[in-house]
Amino acid sequence: MRLAILDHGHSAGTKVLFALIRIASRQPVLDVIKLAKYRPDFLRLQEITHEAMRGPSTWSIADRELMAAFVAKSNQCEWCTRAHSAVAARASQDRDRIAAVLSDLESAPIEDALRATLRMLGRLTREHSVTPDDMRALLASGVSREQIEDALAVCFAFNITARLANAFGFAMPTAAAFESGAKYLLARGYR
Amino acid sequence: MADIKRARMALVQWILEGPGHALATERGAAFANAGLAGPLASLVDKVAKCSYKITDEDIAGAKAAGRSEDQLFELIVCAATGQAARQYDTALAALDAAADQE
Repeated sequence: MRLAILDHGHSAGTKVLFALIRIASRQPVLDVIKLAKYRPDFLRLQEITHEAMRGPSTWSIADRELMAAFVAKSNQCEWCTRAHSAVAARASQDRDRIAAVLSDLESAPIEDALRATLRMLGRLTREHSVTPDDMRALLASGVSREQIEDALAVCFAFNITARLANAFGFAMPTAAAFESGAKYLLARGYR
Repeated sequence: MADIKRARMALVQWILEGPGHALATERGAAFANAGLAGPLASLVDKVAKCSYKITDEDIAGAKAAGRSEDQLFELIVCAATGQAARQYDTALAALDAAADQE
């Protein structure tokens, strides 16, 4: 990572935790965990991410993980795109569906409401704004206000995390390490 | 519905007003992406608008301008959160405007 403190600046207790993670997962500690465990008193992102991704919502966990991957891709963050593609694929048991959305949203075999929501999230992330007309079209497509707010919560969390991953220069781990992380996130969430 | 309002307020309030290595005024400027100069302004603007373009040289330039790694950690967190918050607020305002016209 571009800041040495994020690799080596953790407390002694956190370093012990990292050693245990390495033993239990048989994988290196992911950079996102190193970030989350470095001064968690300052960067309090885990609670908001957990609420957006695992809190009550009519969007499934697989849908929200797909939104996270899509927002990451819209930020050109390969690390977060791969990480949350792995979680979405595991949650949905449909790796092809996730790959299709990330390859070409408009032709992907998904429900119209999810497609319209992802389209809005992509525009918001790339262009930094959306218009009332965009929202009117989304509501007209059958997406409820609550669903839009839930999607925006996911977008908020991952518009922060993807920027941090890009800025700090997260090292790309193996696919096996992302799979291990995905298994953990589905079992335990983001807290 | 997932309610992030309280967690979001706590997140923003803490990074801007809580204890830190960077000055609160500088953290506020990074959050707003306004009022900074030199390599730090360039780094913060990239975090906000095109984080994928950030390079080792951007970080080195900000360090050469006198910022420690802990200060840069905080300022980058503030810049990322500020832009995400503006996007979120813009979207909610658009949603309110759309709902008002229904």
